[in-house]
Order: sequence, then structure tokens, then C-alpha cells
Amino acid sequence: MSETQSTPVVAADGLIKQFGRFAALRGVTGEFAAGKLYVILGDNGAGKTTLLRTIAGLAHATRGKISVLGSTDIGASRAQIGYMAHPSLLYDEMSGMENLRYFSELYGIPPADVDKRCREAIHAVKLDPDLDRPVGQYSQGMRQRMSLARALLNDPKLLLLDEPFSNVDARSAAEMAVLVAQARDRGKTVFVVTHQPAQLEAYADEFIWMELGRIVDRTATLQGSRA
Amino acid sequence: MSFFAITRATLTKDIRLEWRSKDAINAMLFFSLLVVVIFSFAFDPTAEESRRIAGGLVWVAFLFAAIVALNQTWARELRNQVLDAYRVSPAPATPLFIAKAVGNFMFVAVLEALMTPLFVAFYKLRALGPAWQLLPIAVLGTWALVVNGTFFAAMSLRTRAREIMLPLLLFPLSIPALLGMVNATTAVLTGESSPTFWIALLVAYDVVFTTACLLMFDAVLEAE
Repeated sequence: MSETQSTPVVAADGLIKQFGRFAALRGVTGEFAAGKLYVILGDNGAGKTTLLRTIAGLAHATRGKISVLGSTDIGASRAQIGYMAHPSLLYDEMSGMENLRYFSELYGIPPADVDKRCREAIHAVKLDPDLDRPVGQYSQGMRQRMSLARALLNDPKLLLLDEPFSNVDARSAAEMAVLVAQARDRGKTVFVVTHQPAQLEAYADEFIWMELGRIVDRTATLQGSRA
Repeated sequence: MSFFAITRATLTKDIRLEWRSKDAINAMLFFSLLVVVIFSFAFDPTAEESRRIAGGLVWVAFLFAAIVALNQTWARELRNQVLDAYRVSPAPATPLFIAKAVGNFMFVAVLEALMTPLFVAFYKLRALGPAWQLLPIAVLGTWALVVNGTFFAAMSLRTRAREIMLPLLLFPLSIPALLGMVNATTAVLTGESSPTFWIALLVAYDVVFTTACLLMFDAVLEAE
């Protein structure tokens, strides 16, 4: 195994995150290898979203260490991270292409490649790049897909998805699950926070169970976990 | 990744969003129009009195109206938590601040361009001093309002009562700039004194606060 393969994509050591007196993460420790699809499960308030936001660099650990893509400076890794949150992170008044063109600039995609990259990202999530409607007029399922397209735009090594299947119908959720699995198959490391683990049961490499701000179990199958 | 490209893209995006929604400009225009009309009913000043009070009246109206635009500019980034998409990207914080400040400057400048003829008509204003000096006063004064306003609007983003918090933070700090704008404008309108000192004060204010805001904005954006 090469050094690159053995280096964990994410390594957390005693990660604690407090919001005032409330501790959302209470000592998360674990290493996560490259090229795998991790599904993070747990009740509301278990710390799943906070863990994802800490990996993304949107929340800063109160104590403990976290290394993302081999660096403890998450700012340096941002170009390699794709993040999809529960809200769409899109401007409702602009079309999908307009949104993606704007975000392309933030990732420094060369102007000559912007249109091609945006179209590829939108095609990848099975939407029409020429759809001129503002995102605010999309159905929830379309919005979730466009949000995934935004997260894939910079061709990230690490993809962080928070509740990608929420508020979408069963068919759209199943299609989204395939897209997530395809991202993993292309070599990306994917973390998915979800309350619908069955959608990813066939594709996930590992299920991570969280409880009260800690990882309490890691299993290869959903049945083998605490579920 | 080009600093200028990110600034231009963010500014273009903000102008496009404002053009489509017209949230800020409509609210600012309506508010300023109310001030002009209500004050013209409340007072019946002579031309001489108008020259003395117009500087204060105009700038206070623009200051209050600007608050609307300043709150709107960041409220857009909170919808769907789009600001997180910027924060998670490798783009530096400074282009975002510059684009927001320049965008707000443009929106307030449009307001001023539309409202100034109304102020002139309602208050029968005619400058007795060199009228061209009103242009640098307007530019420097408007920048003084929006640069701090953009910064403090970002700071108050995550507070519960941000619409109240912004004026509470902004108004006390804007007093030196307001003094400069009002006195410089009055000096030009009455022609009784030179506005040079007040213009110099505005230049100094703009340089100091622009530098401070640029230096501190990264910490504001990264705050949780």
C-alpha cells in the first residue's frame, strides 16, 4: 500500500466542539480512509452535522485535533472539499447555470473551462443545464440535485453531504444515492449524514453511529450496527 | 484564483440579484421619498433656511435609507445559508467584503442620484458656493456610510435582532463622518465657508475605516 493510500483523508483525535455550555461533539476520535463511502447515523443532536461542518472547516473545534486531506489547516484543503448542506446553498433568484458559474469563480476554475465544467456537473446530476428557471422555482428534488452539482463542481477529493435525501420523493432519493455511489467509484471519499440509511445500504463501505457527540460504533453493514 | 475575478463575480451577482428583486432600492427610495415629503410639510423654510438645514436633512435621510440596503445585502447570503458555500470555498474573505461594499455604494449612489433632484425641488436649493464640490463630498460621504455599514451588517448577521443591532453599532461610529458630510454640504450650499477641512476629515475617515474593515473582515466571516 502506498503512503498516499495509507494516509487517512480525515483523522480526528479527541474532537470537542462546544456551543456555549452545550457540547455538540464530546471527544470524536477516528481515522477515515480514502475512496470510501461513509454513512453517518444517529439521533437528532448526536453531533452528525457538527462533525461534518468541522471537517468542512465551517465549525472550529473547541479542543482536540482534526486533519483533513493530510493537513491540520483546513483552509489549505478547501479547494479539495465539496460540501452539500441541508439548505441548498444556492441563490433562489438565479438559474442553476448562473449559480454554478458564480461558484466556479470562487474555486478559480479557468474562464475557458467554466461553462464546460458547469454543464458537466449539471449533467452528472441529471438536470438540464439550459433550464432558465430560477432555482427558487425548482422542485425540492431538483434543488437537492443542483446542490449536489454545486458540491461536485470543483471535482473534490472529499465530498461532505448533509441530509441529501431529505424532503425528496423515494425515486429522487434512490437516484441521488446512485449519484453518491458513483462519486465514490470515481475515487472520492464521501461522508453522508442521513436519517435514511437504507438508501445507501447497497453502496456504503462503512456505517458510523454517533450518540451524544461521540462515535459509538463503526460497522460494515447496516444490520451489523446498532440499528 | 484571481482576487479581482472573485470581486467582479460577487459584485455582478449582487447587482443581478438586486436587479431581479429590487428589494433594497425600492425600500430605500420609498423611505427617502417619505422623508422629503414629510419634512416639506412639517417645515416651510425660506431659501436661506433651506440651505442651512438641507445638508443635515439629506445625509440623515440617506443614512437611514442605507441601513435598508446594508441589511438586505447580507440577508441574501443567509437565505439557504449561501454564505457557507463561500466560506467552504478557497476564496479569500477580502473580495467578498470589497464586492459587498462597492455594491452597496452603487445602490446608495443610485438612490442619491434619484433623490437629489427632489430635494432640490422641494427645498428650493441652489448652491452659493462651488457646486462641483458636492460631488467629492457625496462620493466620500457615501463610502463612509457603506464601508462601515457593510462591515457591521456582516458582524450583526448572526445576532437575533440584527435590524436593530446594525444602527446601534453603526450610528455612533458614523458621527465623525456625518459631521464631515453635513458641514461640508452646508458650507457649499451657503457659500459662507470653505468645505476643505471637512472633506479632508472625510478622506481620513474613509482611509482609516476602510483599512480597519479590510483587516478585520476575515475574522468576521470565519466567526461562527
